Amino acid sequence: MKFKDLQRNIKQSSGLPVVRMALVGDTATQFLATAIRGMGVERGYDIELFEAEYNQVERQFLDPTSELHQFHADVIVLFQSTHKLCERHSLLSVEKQTLLADERLDFVRSICENSALFGGGGKLICCNYPEIEDTVFGSYANKVPSSFTYQVRKLNYGLMELAQKYPNMFICDLAGLQNKFGRDFMFASNVYVSTEMVLSVDSLPYVASRIMDIVCAIRGQFKKCLILDLDNTVWGGVVGDDSWENIQIGHGLGIGKAFTEFQEWIKKLKNRGIIIAVCSKNDEDKAKEPFEKNPEMVLHLDDIAVFQANWETKVDNIRTIQRILNIGFDSMVFLDDNPFERNMVRENIAGITVPELPEDPGEYLEYLYSLNLFETASYSGADKDRTKQYQIEAQRVSLAKTFTNEADFLKSLDMVSKVTGFDAFNTPRVAQLSQRSNQFNLRTVRYTEADIKAIEADKVHYAAFSFTLEDKFGDNGLICVVILEKRDAATLFVDTWFMSCRVLKRGMENFTLNTITDYARANGYKRIIGEYLPTAKNKMVEEHYPKLGFTKIEGAPTAQFELNVDSYRHRECYIQIKQEE
Amino acid sequence: MEKNEILAKVQTIFRDVLDNEEIVLTDETTANDIEEWDSLSHIQLIVAIEKAFGVKFTSLEIKELGDVGDMCQCIERKLRK
Repeated sequence: MKFKDLQRNIKQSSGLPVVRMALVGDTATQFLATAIRGMGVERGYDIELFEAEYNQVERQFLDPTSELHQFHADVIVLFQSTHKLCERHSLLSVEKQTLLADERLDFVRSICENSALFGGGGKLICCNYPEIEDTVFGSYANKVPSSFTYQVRKLNYGLMELAQKYPNMFICDLAGLQNKFGRDFMFASNVYVSTEMVLSVDSLPYVASRIMDIVCAIRGQFKKCLILDLDNTVWGGVVGDDSWENIQIGHGLGIGKAFTEFQEWIKKLKNRGIIIAVCSKNDEDKAKEPFEKNPEMVLHLDDIAVFQANWETKVDNIRTIQRILNIGFDSMVFLDDNPFERNMVRENIAGITVPELPEDPGEYLEYLYSLNLFETASYSGADKDRTKQYQIEAQRVSLAKTFTNEADFLKSLDMVSKVTGFDAFNTPRVAQLSQRSNQFNLRTVRYTEADIKAIEADKVHYAAFSFTLEDKFGDNGLICVVILEKRDAATLFVDTWFMSCRVLKRGMENFTLNTITDYARANGYKRIIGEYLPTAKNKMVEEHYPKLGFTKIEGAPTAQFELNVDSYRHRECYIQIKQEE
Repeated sequence: MEKNEILAKVQTIFRDVLDNEEIVLTDETTANDIEEWDSLSHIQLIVAIEKAFGVKFTSLEIKELGDVGDMCQCIERKLRK
């Protein structure tokens, strides 16, 4: 994707969902603004962009009457350049140079604490600083706290610490991008001198892409699953021909080292919460042998959530994987060394990402690094258990087959649910689930951790519920969230109701509604109003409220439904409330 | 490369970068003659020309290239080196 293509894209932005973004920089940002808008269209968004006059960073953020404050951006991009930092550094005394990073960090901290800008759920994307190695001290700069190199690195480290403290702050890692592509690619001195633009024209699509990666992740669009071919993708050679001992993996045979490192990367993704699936044209037992027997394999069968090895087409197998995992194709990445298979999948499965892997397996990793496929806007420890949860789900599916009626099956699961508000433990999980849930989500309101804390604190206006679900096979963890808005003394409005698709058809909807009507009754509310806001992905819950006995409110501008609390009778379900130990 | 070849290639680049197939360049053409040629697209033109000819303009040249004739002469000079 070239800058020129991004420029052409902008003309096609009308009709796409709007994201309001502001770009505030201390150098000329016109090209970056164009690149962001063009990349927005590429990702399916119409970016309504406010571009601050350049060199007004302080004024725009600190003056409450500034254009930035009035714009009410969903996302503010702060783009401060290493050049301006270097200039400032050169004007300071040695004592003050030592404090340069701290001074900049204080400024960013003051921005993050600015509730006028970020109180309403706005996000800050702060670009970090690609290094300029000025060689004033040479490598000795590492020993000199006042040196520019030292201060830039300290600043980038400090930004990471701030980002951990402020959930609304995200870092766009331009320093990482420069590490990948090199300073001579990122920066063109002749363009800079004649225009004050610190990014080369060629680097703009990459920078815009990294910024939009974050915007998309915040909005719940990110990759959840990696589907792998096996022969010559995960190991060298063809297991059906070479047999499990002779595939290239580990040290010794052929280019095994390249595949070992590739598998190590995949293992890290799996541990981070990316679901790993296999899709291979092979006999299943042959395909599994390396995982079971070859001691050099980094990936094992228990790392793989769904294993599809057979002689059906890859398109059919990927569709099967999609049905089992119940996630969208646009959240899947498929890796295969064979260009023919890649094209088949690309042409037949809309939305799936199929990277054009290089011919040399030794280049797989560096190429994949350049794509930044797995951006995320949240991370919690529970992510790493996800593979296990899908494997457990497969076990439940096979148990369900042995029961003739559903009620008996559900009873046999011994389900319990813990119902709590939002607390320090579950807040990151609640925020994360709000960002991930697309299908069973009635209004698709996305919340950050800060939003969740604010809702929990505001008992006057909100009542919040989180639900876990545990059964004899294991604990699903947090799987459902309801936020009720107290409209008036008699009325509760369901601001948010979303649920993980892992627990569909378990009676969880009934249990949830029983819980919230109990709350309503105990607190004197007479009616509960629910609303369904359609998105491209939540058709599954279009009839959610009518199915639960709500009646449609005729004449409402959106699909709204009402439930009379007094006449509500508990709906049948086989889930018990889990008592606190 | 002959001077008229350079001019023809530069014209192709102008048409592509500025998205206007009707642009016809002469040595005397300046930014005043082409609506889309402003200080920003100037940078895009420079970068595209640098790539197409495998040359690099100095910072001062970027600022001072006045008309298309200057541009082509500058390219010619660099190609000869």
